[in-house]
Amino acid sequence: MALTLFRGLQSNSFRLYSSVYVSRKHGVLYCSMRSAEGQTATQEKQQTQLKASLKKESTKFEELLKNYEAVIGIETHVQLSTHTKAFCSCPYNYGAQPNTSICPICMGLPGALPVLNSKVIEYAVKVGLALNCKLSLSSKFDRKQYFYPDLPKGYQISQFDIPIASGGYLDVDLPLEFGGGHRKFGITRVHMEEDAGKLLHTGNGSFSQVDLNRAGVPLLEIVSEPDMRTGIEAAEYAAELQRLVRYLGVSNGNMQEGSLRCDVNISIRPIGQLEFGTKVEIKNLNSFSSVSRAIDFEISRQVLLHSQGQANQIVQETRLWEEGAQKTVTMRKKEGLADYRYFPEPDLPGVALSEEYINGIHDSLPELPEMKRRRYEKLGLSMQDVLFLANDINVAAFFDATIGPGADVKLAANWIMGDIAAYMKNEKLSINDIKLTPKELGELIASIKGGTISGKIGKEILFELMAKGGTVEGLIKEKDLVQIVDPAEIEKIVDKVLAANPKQLEQYRGGKTKLQGFFAGQIMRETKGKANPGLLNKILLEKLNAKS
Amino acid sequence: MLSSAQTPRLLRSPTTTTTTLKCLHSSPVPASATAPPPPSQILTTRKSLVSRQTSAVDIAKSFLDRLRRTEPHLNSFLHVSPDEAILKQAEELDNKIKNNDAVGPLAGVLVGVKDNICTYDMPSTAGSRLLENYWPPFDATAVRKLRESGAIVVGKTNLDEFGMGSTTEGSGYQVTANPWDLSRVPGGSSGGSAAAVSARQCMVALGSDTGGSVRQPASFCGVVGLKPTYGRVSRYGLVAYASSLDVIGCFGSSVADAGILLNSISGHDKFDATSSKREVPDYQSQFVAIDYLESKPLKGLRVGVIRETLENGVDSEVISSVRSAVSHLEELGCSVMEVSLPSFSLGLPAYYILALSESSSNLSRYDGVRYGKQVPGDELNSLYGDSRAQGFGSEVKMRILMGTYALSAGYYDAYYKRAQQVRTIIRNSFKEALDKNDILISPAAPSVAYKIGEKKNDPLAMYAGDIMTVNVNLAGLPALVLPCGFVEGGAGGLPVGFQMIGAAFDEEKLLKIGHIFEQTLQGCSFIPPVIADEWTS
Ligand SMILES: [Zn+2]
Repeated sequence: MALTLFRGLQSNSFRLYSSVYVSRKHGVLYCSMRSAEGQTATQEKQQTQLKASLKKESTKFEELLKNYEAVIGIETHVQLSTHTKAFCSCPYNYGAQPNTSICPICMGLPGALPVLNSKVIEYAVKVGLALNCKLSLSSKFDRKQYFYPDLPKGYQISQFDIPIASGGYLDVDLPLEFGGGHRKFGITRVHMEEDAGKLLHTGNGSFSQVDLNRAGVPLLEIVSEPDMRTGIEAAEYAAELQRLVRYLGVSNGNMQEGSLRCDVNISIRPIGQLEFGTKVEIKNLNSFSSVSRAIDFEISRQVLLHSQGQANQIVQETRLWEEGAQKTVTMRKKEGLADYRYFPEPDLPGVALSEEYINGIHDSLPELPEMKRRRYEKLGLSMQDVLFLANDINVAAFFDATIGPGADVKLAANWIMGDIAAYMKNEKLSINDIKLTPKELGELIASIKGGTISGKIGKEILFELMAKGGTVEGLIKEKDLVQIVDPAEIEKIVDKVLAANPKQLEQYRGGKTKLQGFFAGQIMRETKGKANPGLLNKILLEKLNAKS
Repeated sequence: MLSSAQTPRLLRSPTTTTTTLKCLHSSPVPASATAPPPPSQILTTRKSLVSRQTSAVDIAKSFLDRLRRTEPHLNSFLHVSPDEAILKQAEELDNKIKNNDAVGPLAGVLVGVKDNICTYDMPSTAGSRLLENYWPPFDATAVRKLRESGAIVVGKTNLDEFGMGSTTEGSGYQVTANPWDLSRVPGGSSGGSAAAVSARQCMVALGSDTGGSVRQPASFCGVVGLKPTYGRVSRYGLVAYASSLDVIGCFGSSVADAGILLNSISGHDKFDATSSKREVPDYQSQFVAIDYLESKPLKGLRVGVIRETLENGVDSEVISSVRSAVSHLEELGCSVMEVSLPSFSLGLPAYYILALSESSSNLSRYDGVRYGKQVPGDELNSLYGDSRAQGFGSEVKMRILMGTYALSAGYYDAYYKRAQQVRTIIRNSFKEALDKNDILISPAAPSVAYKIGEKKNDPLAMYAGDIMTVNVNLAGLPALVLPCGFVEGGAGGLPVGFQMIGAAFDEEKLLKIGHIFEQTLQGCSFIPPVIADEWTS
């Protein structure tokens, strides 16, 4: 198995960049994974045993779980949505053709030097402030050194001993379906670094190629304190981080695209024990639910081993979450601590922040999810409503724009969470895609409240507005939908309907009072639904019950 | 003559001319000059082009002729641009001049570029087999600026692999000879550039100086070597050895040439975050023609001679040459005193720890994956290992190993961190000395050029030869080395250079003093034997 690499850059032309591929013979670039495959076989057996015993004694196992506590911390990598990479002027577009967005700097060519994109600092400061961190007025970049084909320089520009922000926390409101409650999870540090490229493995596995489009894209690494105890807490922490970076506009937070990556550290200990158990790292978590499920699986695995006196089999290692099999498997065992030989990056000057700069950014921060939730709560909304509205920044913005000019808060929330949400779900649209504007939703609510139209007609108009746009006023006029609120006019129509249905009237008066609905329907048809229902029923009843 | 009240130790005043001092006369006034001061080749070229006495093509041809004649003896160049390419650029210049179009300040100037500086149109190997046939897709900023000034890049000069060495014997390709004595080294690591300028294979050359790689070869080859302040010249496109110490520097056969060259490559570069935003002064305005000099043109300048550089371990003949140069400065009006830098001897170990640590990291990118030498292997580690094992030379491997060691967990504090602390001490002591003195003076190297092979198996002796220069890199200061005399050896003596160290970004002062010094230096002609017969004027 000879390793062959396609030669990428033998001439001085940029044109050749698109062919910068590394190829390999079978399995080579995954040597660390291959060695892990050997262990996977025995691992496999364990997993099966675990599953079996879990099923057999599920209730007993539930009891067992209660005797243990999991300690969970998360390292999150957030890809910043700056226009250009961290240290060069290449743009980054997810999904672009391999090696089409690279230059001498992000390829690590001899003589090329990094120059920091100042947006990276700005975004880092935003996130640091939003996470209630203390910012370092003077920090620096360091080199983290290791060899891998996706790392062009043989080191990653990162921050080591002086992160730009540290010592903060994140407020999380757990969803009601998981018991609800408020949590404050500690943030150990936030630091800036660059992303590596990607290895593309071919179908038959005979060689790998390197795509350097992603190399040099700015990342923030956010490290939490080991404050989480359950998979749900961890998943909600990650979801809140996603919300935060979206609110701040510093990242799209998309987990599938890898813009938000979570590595989980987890250990268990018997309740009451103070020292931590052996820490296991889990990677390859591509959704919040996989974060939660992987942790629950891992807790079960570790508790089982522990309870069977096999705690020594819980070793410090990195495990992969396998979505298909719904289990974690060994990726690589750690042999002591890797020595990354960090030292200060001599190509970049230190990062100095002034108080004015920080204050300026602080003052420009938008309302953050936690603040928004507390405000919605104060508006009198239920926690369920609060979470629904504040979860998505666009929904929240729509809601705020609706109630801003004075629309009824509760009604606005109901419309958005009810018919609008249902429509979006059916049509697979986001709130920004629908044609309805917050202003028109406000008009609609006001028109119903003010009696110009009925709730029923309001609903019809809503769908029209969402699908085609337009204004409430225009639609009402166009379709002649103004509610009839003049009692005399309604009386006239009631009389007409009663006169036209003498037989039913007789039956009604004979005791078949259910026929009131029939008359109401007839009147509504006659008025094309425009009659004010309250007035209509009042007048109708008077007429029906009047002694003739 | 000494203005200080502290009654420093008096320097030995020049007595009679010794055998080591062939050219210094006691009077600064060139009444009895036997050789003219070195002309600025750049200014001469410009004058003859603009007045249309010569064409750029003729000038280029004469240099190419000499290059072809001398190169077999010297091996200064790793790559020479094809004649057609050079002559085509010269022709374009001639056409511009014919049409009265503006031409840049370096119009028609033939420049040699050290091969660790990237050029778009030539290979750039940094002297390493690992980068054999590597063609960068871009010009280094300094090279781009040279071309924009009208200069013509003649070729790429030899060096110790990645700049790691002091003899140029560490090149992965060839050994360059010293034009003064072909059995000797030209110094290093910019030995190719120094030899090329010395033998007039090109007019000026770019080198790089991490611990003395411009200044020591300038001294060995009898040319002017200028190491600018760290940050004065962009490092973009300079293949990194030790990023916090690396500087692109200038070689010329006169101070004026080195200064004019510096003018065109200096300035902030958005591609180098460590390049300074300070304005670049017009260095050329510092050059006063000899006819206009007063009798004490350097009156009032305070010159400090670094005591620790004229002590044990330095050849006595080098010491007397430098002392004579100091006396010469004194006669030009400078007030001289001796200064002590007790931290001076700490510089060498601190330098080697920092330079090697940084180099171990900077050379990680040569992994055989994207460019450069690649040895196919069964698995990733053998691809890395074999490519690097076969691509790097032994000196480079040794330095990577030592640097890796110094940065390793458990050793970092004892080595890297302490060396950084020493660096701060050195920087402060230089700052203090330069607050009291306009310039500081030392030899450029403890000896004249070594014999080829002399230091090959004694790396520690070779490292020790850097003692005069490394402190300046640690402090980030500018320094100018210029020839000041000869020591017996070779066919016509071996040149000795002395070093003037200035305050940060005060290259102007160094150039001004250097220009007056060389114009008033008498009877000295730094034309090496290899071209002496044809070079008469
Ligand atoms: Zn780039």
